[in-house]
Amino acid sequence: MITLHDVTVRYGPQSVVGPVSEVVSAGEWVGVIGPNGAGKTTILRAVARLVAFGGEVLLGDTASSALSPRSLARLVAYVPQQPEMPPDMSVGHYVLLGRTPHIGYFGVETAPDRRVCGDLLERLELAALARRPLASLSGGELQRLVLARALAQEAPVLLLDEPTSALDLGRRVDALELVDALRRERELTVVSAMHDLTLAGQFADRLLLMSGGTVVAGGKPDEVLTEGALSAYFGTGVRVMRSDDGDLVVVPRRAR
Amino acid sequence: MSTTVPPPARALPSRATGAVTPAPGAAVLAPVSARRPVLVALGALVGAVLLGISMGPADLSLPDAVKVIASHLPFVHLHAGVSAVDAGILWQIRLPRVVLGGLVGAMLAGGGAAFQGVFRNPLADPYLLGVAAGAGLGATVVIVGGSHLAALLPVAAFAGAVGAVTLTYVVGATVGRQGATASIVLAGVAVAALLTAMQTFLQQQHSQDLQDVYSWILGRLTVATWSDVVVILPYVAVSAAVLFAHRRLLDVLRVGEHEADSLGVRAARIRIVVVAAATLGTAAAVAVSGLIGFVGIIVPHTVRLTTNASYRVVVPVSMIGGAAFLILADIAARTVLSPGEIPIGVVTAFVGAPFFLFVLRSRRIGRTA
Repeated sequence: MITLHDVTVRYGPQSVVGPVSEVVSAGEWVGVIGPNGAGKTTILRAVARLVAFGGEVLLGDTASSALSPRSLARLVAYVPQQPEMPPDMSVGHYVLLGRTPHIGYFGVETAPDRRVCGDLLERLELAALARRPLASLSGGELQRLVLARALAQEAPVLLLDEPTSALDLGRRVDALELVDALRRERELTVVSAMHDLTLAGQFADRLLLMSGGTVVAGGKPDEVLTEGALSAYFGTGVRVMRSDDGDLVVVPRRAR
Repeated sequence: MSTTVPPPARALPSRATGAVTPAPGAAVLAPVSARRPVLVALGALVGAVLLGISMGPADLSLPDAVKVIASHLPFVHLHAGVSAVDAGILWQIRLPRVVLGGLVGAMLAGGGAAFQGVFRNPLADPYLLGVAAGAGLGATVVIVGGSHLAALLPVAAFAGAVGAVTLTYVVGATVGRQGATASIVLAGVAVAALLTAMQTFLQQQHSQDLQDVYSWILGRLTVATWSDVVVILPYVAVSAAVLFAHRRLLDVLRVGEHEADSLGVRAARIRIVVVAAATLGTAAAVAVSGLIGFVGIIVPHTVRLTTNASYRVVVPVSMIGGAAFLILADIAARTVLSPGEIPIGVVTAFVGAPFFLFVLRSRRIGRTA
């Protein structure tokens, strides 16, 4: 469970986020949506303690500020929007980086670490690529690889910043299906910033709509994905329809 | 008219990914091993040492040279069977020179590899952050101060080098965004420019010492003695041990400071430890050898291009390979124009740069093929 108490983030004198108070239950998938600059990335980075913030973030009962970086990395895995992928690093080696929070300062990976990573590569269908350099991978493969590295941390909380922005439509759905399957298998709590509102509605249990650094609406997808709210905060006309499957479909409306 | 092309079969059937059950214990990833490149580099080092002790104006065969060395080993009672003069040449002149060259080469190359790692900048090496300029200024101050100060030269060079990097770090970390590597590198460029200007001014005011200053700047192992070896050995040993111990963490830093932090390491702290260790070792090396250029750039990059880019390979192999490279460069420096000598910095640049371009080019071709 993640609890945010009046979390605020400032860059210099300017407040960019907050105050935000939210609770994310264990096993829940919360999608954070909102226009550019709304503070989606910043709030994720605050939970991962990658920016200085005011207020308090609790992971379970423990304040994140009381944890060592290593302990925090065993509880929270963070995937940035544009992960750094050293082109000449091998796939196997990249996944092993995810074991860092489980390895001592001067230590190296042990056989169990390599087994965890080998299983993950197998699970994400990357095992055949283990020796290949990252430069030779496709966008979809890289996306799965980044997930594999994050899962290698074996942290119960997975923070994903725009996990599918670089993928084509089919790969997007694949990647989100994979996250969904993995979170059920591993009982993960997932918080993801998402641009694609239709997919956000299909995959997340709950959505938080952010604007100007604060949460302006929150709830189940059909409570948040309303024409009024989206039009107001995204600054464009939006139509929300229901597909034959019952999924919400968000379509921008062109001014004519 | 519209045409429809049937879609290609997808390598990964949509939605199938979520259904695959993990094969239990299916695969243990192979460990990241440096064994083979380390063995190759050790082979090169042994070859370089044997060549280094057997080449020179005095006619000493390799077996004789090995015997002389063996006779100095504890518990070995061996009469080398060579004249006392030859034995003296080997033990007092050639061997300390080879050993010192090896230590300096190992430190310059290992320091370069470490700096490139923590700054994620292919052109970073201790010289870039001010080691060269600071040591140059320190040495120049002593040289223009007069010959009675000569014994202080290594100390001044060492202090100049360490002082320059400290200044760079303090300035870079306070003017830029906290922890930003780019501002530290830029501060290094500024500090180096300032110290070089001071050094040039001193040099110009004391033009009678120009040749001494210049020959120090080009680097020399000519006057290597066992006492030089003893002076730098502790620094090199500690520095090499610290860099080696951080080889895995240097790999973690390759994904950038924020991602490294999110993996539970303190990237900024690792950077300070690695920079301090590499700076102390390199400063000690240049204090006795002068400014030998290019080693810290070309050796680590050659290792990266010919093996894999993991610092677990790059750090140890650069150190061993750097030792071999500098011993070989020194052989060229003292034999090509024998009995004269070419400054070793000229040799490292003259031989090293084309060799590096060759490696870079063949690697490019290999990649596109």
